[in-house]
Amino acid sequence: MTKTVEQLDRVIIRFAGDSGDGMQLTGDRFTSETAVFGNDISTLPDFPAEIRAPAGSLPGVSGFQVHFADHDILTPGDYPDVLVAMNPAALKTNINDLPKGRTLIVNTDAFVQRNLDKAGYATNPLEDGSLADFQVHAVQITTMTIESVKGIEGITPREAERAKNMFALGLMCWLYGRPVQGTIDFINDKFSKRPEIAAGNIAAFKAGYAFGETSESFSVSYEIKPAKLRPGKYRQINGNSALVYGLVAASIKSGLPLFLGAYPITPASSILEELANFKNFGVRTFQAEDEIAAVGSALGAAFGGALGVTVSAGPGIVLKQEMIGLAIQLELPLVILDIQRAGPSTGMPTKPEQTDLFNVMYGRNGESPIPVIAASTPGQCFYAAIEAARIALTYRTPVFLLSDAYLANGAEPWLIPSMADIPEIPVEFTTKPNRDDGSFWPYLRDEVTLARPWAIPGTPGLEHRIGGIEKANGTGNISYDPDNHDLMTRLRAQKVAGIAGGIPELEVDSCDGARTLVLGWGSTYGPIGAAIKRVRADGLAVDQAHLHYLNPFPRNLGEVLRRYDKVLVPEMNLGQLLQLVRSQFLVDAVGYNRVRGVPFKASELADAITALVNA
Amino acid sequence: MSENGNGGGGLLQLTAKDFKSDQEVRWCPGCGDYAILASVQSFMPELGIPREKIVFVSGIGCSSRFPYYMQTYGMHSIHGRAPAIATGLSTSRPDLSVWVVTGDGDAMSIGGNHLIHALRRNVNLKILLFNNEIYGLTKGQYSPTSPVGKVGKSTPMGSIDRPFLPLSLALGAEATFVARSIDTDRKHLTEVLRTAAQHRGTALVEIYQNCNIYNDNAFDFVRDDKANRIYLEHGKPVRFGADGEKGVVIAEDGAAHVVDVATVGEAALHVHDAHADEPNHAFALSRLSYGAHGGTPIGVFRDIDRPSYDELLTEQLATAVARKGAGDLDALLGSVDTWDV
Ligand SMILES: Cc1ncc(C[n+]2csc(CCOP(=O)(O)OP(=O)(O)O)c2C)c(N)n1
Ligand code: SF4
Ligand SMILES: [Mg+2]
Repeated sequence: MTKTVEQLDRVIIRFAGDSGDGMQLTGDRFTSETAVFGNDISTLPDFPAEIRAPAGSLPGVSGFQVHFADHDILTPGDYPDVLVAMNPAALKTNINDLPKGRTLIVNTDAFVQRNLDKAGYATNPLEDGSLADFQVHAVQITTMTIESVKGIEGITPREAERAKNMFALGLMCWLYGRPVQGTIDFINDKFSKRPEIAAGNIAAFKAGYAFGETSESFSVSYEIKPAKLRPGKYRQINGNSALVYGLVAASIKSGLPLFLGAYPITPASSILEELANFKNFGVRTFQAEDEIAAVGSALGAAFGGALGVTVSAGPGIVLKQEMIGLAIQLELPLVILDIQRAGPSTGMPTKPEQTDLFNVMYGRNGESPIPVIAASTPGQCFYAAIEAARIALTYRTPVFLLSDAYLANGAEPWLIPSMADIPEIPVEFTTKPNRDDGSFWPYLRDEVTLARPWAIPGTPGLEHRIGGIEKANGTGNISYDPDNHDLMTRLRAQKVAGIAGGIPELEVDSCDGARTLVLGWGSTYGPIGAAIKRVRADGLAVDQAHLHYLNPFPRNLGEVLRRYDKVLVPEMNLGQLLQLVRSQFLVDAVGYNRVRGVPFKASELADAITALVNA
Repeated sequence: MSENGNGGGGLLQLTAKDFKSDQEVRWCPGCGDYAILASVQSFMPELGIPREKIVFVSGIGCSSRFPYYMQTYGMHSIHGRAPAIATGLSTSRPDLSVWVVTGDGDAMSIGGNHLIHALRRNVNLKILLFNNEIYGLTKGQYSPTSPVGKVGKSTPMGSIDRPFLPLSLALGAEATFVARSIDTDRKHLTEVLRTAAQHRGTALVEIYQNCNIYNDNAFDFVRDDKANRIYLEHGKPVRFGADGEKGVVIAEDGAAHVVDVATVGEAALHVHDAHADEPNHAFALSRLSYGAHGGTPIGVFRDIDRPSYDELLTEQLATAVARKGAGDLDALLGSVDTWDV
């Protein structure tokens, strides 16, 4: 049959299946092909915390949404255009997100009574007419997969059946004109020790592609032209990998060896795992016995002159706080990455939230100010890590860097930076006495940054002791003097506040006549940006600003906020930045707050902005 | 000087005085900590390590004030966490000689987790555990080494929880070096410190330390009554008493018992082997000090050779460079699927 090719400017696909169905891999591969093809992309993996929830059950559903376009996009998209449902549970949990009239591809082989029961379907939705509003493609994916691998020696029936995600991937690659060679190479590489499995997966992948070409079910395929991004060499990247590369770059640019102390926790573990592969960069990773030891070891390494880093998520960050207080008192550099997840307590480990802001700002005893920065996109995580290290090393202070589960796993195209373009981070250890009388005072501060000298063990003549007890300014000797404590408390606060002098002013993306500002921070950058585009297209004048520095704030923030009649602060918490800006600047900002464990949809933010402008 | 930070040379002309900092020592008069400090300061020159290469890290407690008094690098950290901090330091700076000073509460209550993990990893640390069987700094609550029935401020009717034997705990935690000494026995303490300093990896030295304010005389049975001291010597039968009339046998059930040598004969006595692969005999000896407080072994219980954590990590780093070449981030970032716009 002849098939037509239609042009589209963007598509959102959601792959959904059982945790054991390989949906994350399928999504990843589709994304890779799409990225290499040159579309702009944004992804949202969404998987259960359980490694193997009961097969076929609703909690066991794993999904992966990818949005790709011929233009610059900011989010993984609100609602899918195409839903690929590998079993009834996947259909049940995702169908409500599929707008009427859109495409649904289902693996009919999985719609047997047992699976229907597990998903809680009284009748088979493929037969009861409940899917009449969608363009349904009922495909015997499992049957055709098994058929396609017949004749390959050494492959078990179970292994044959497991290749069905590759069939689905092949079909989608045909439908959207994706290249295929990358996936074939990938499969060969992944299963290089089991060539028969590689052959089976490739056969299934090709069968899916061929099915699209020949089946009457699909009369149209689609083309999405490459996007016009800034020229250069691109790759795709997720937030956690970008943090890893950023930390390594900071180590190179500062000339300090990187030491990471960490204890595994979702969604931060991959940072420890990936950095463990950087030993040839001189990176030492230490899987500690708990989060306290993780941060403690990083602080010990920092005392010895390393770039000390620790990474965790909410529950682990809470455990680290006493040690971070010590780092504040010792005035040693330390980078703490908090990959935020839904809380409190264990909460929802794989789901994003922005609820740790107050904890990192205030969750310690005493007056214990600490710089806090936040990454806004997966690729920006790279630069955020370098900036966190720069601040820590320049001001001799622990620094919090906030990311979240959405940035951690979400991917986007990334203009590959060149190391030559990244500025050096100058670090000078003190090697000589700093007093005219030939003595060394460990708390004699730099006049500009207020940083204290960093004299590391091994430096002759500068032997000194530091500790958590309050110290006399200058000498660093133990001091209970009331005025000294007041002075030191203020100096520590001043030092952190002074960082504002060395960071860029807040930029506002403005349009003529706007009286409303939308102020965000962290991973809401994408959805807020997409929402702003929509409301402006509707004729509303609204400005946008996004904070990468949360403590201290950019020095012009107060002035920016006071320019507007209305300020909206969307956050995936109950209003933490909102409280900070209201209390610091006495502006009547309002929040848009949801803690659903999923990123904002551009549409809901557009509605909230529109409502506020019109209020 | 050896490369692993454990010293070994004697060329530097330092004296005990060189290791005294200018800070006024603030323990209670009569506290056992003074004697330990003096022993350590007078032992340090022997190490042959320059002061700038030595670091003392402590937690919180009376004992943990120790680093302030040493003219070396030092950190007085937070309660229980010194082994964790020292692990990061020692692992990233194998050239340093890193010492941890900790108390019984610091090491075994709040910091128990870090202690056991440092021991099993064999991090290159020398841990001096000042055991006074009490919380000194917080003014006299019972500690995890206080004997059952200890009456303290928080246990007016006597404590009801069974104490740890620090050395049994350490042996159970795969420690490679375990020793005990006494604050007032400078000669013995120095000897133990000497062996500990040369050890590859973590050395745990329990030091019986008298807190004359909150737990006075807790160790008199062995501090004062020297007849109760069982000096462990590698390769020698375990004997003690004024005239060596007592000895230790290890019975069939694996437990150590005190016996009269005259009754059992010298040949039946346990011959101490500090280098035995299996820790079971050392463990049996470590339990002799339980309860009755009679004959109590001091000296080196266990001293075996196993690569230290930092050695193994350094080796992995070298192997990675040999396999992959020195890191090149530009090359690495471009080593995946890329495309040009
Ligand atoms: C997190 C924390 N909890 C409690 C304390 C209070 N505290 C300080 S020292 C100490 C116990 C000290 O006992 P030990 O370790 O035996 O040392 P000693 O004073 O006997 O030398 C306690 C409970 C603290 N400083 N920090
Ligand atoms: S309270 Fe006890 S341990 Fe602490 S300094 Fe006084 S005597 Fe020493
Ligand atoms: Mg004590």
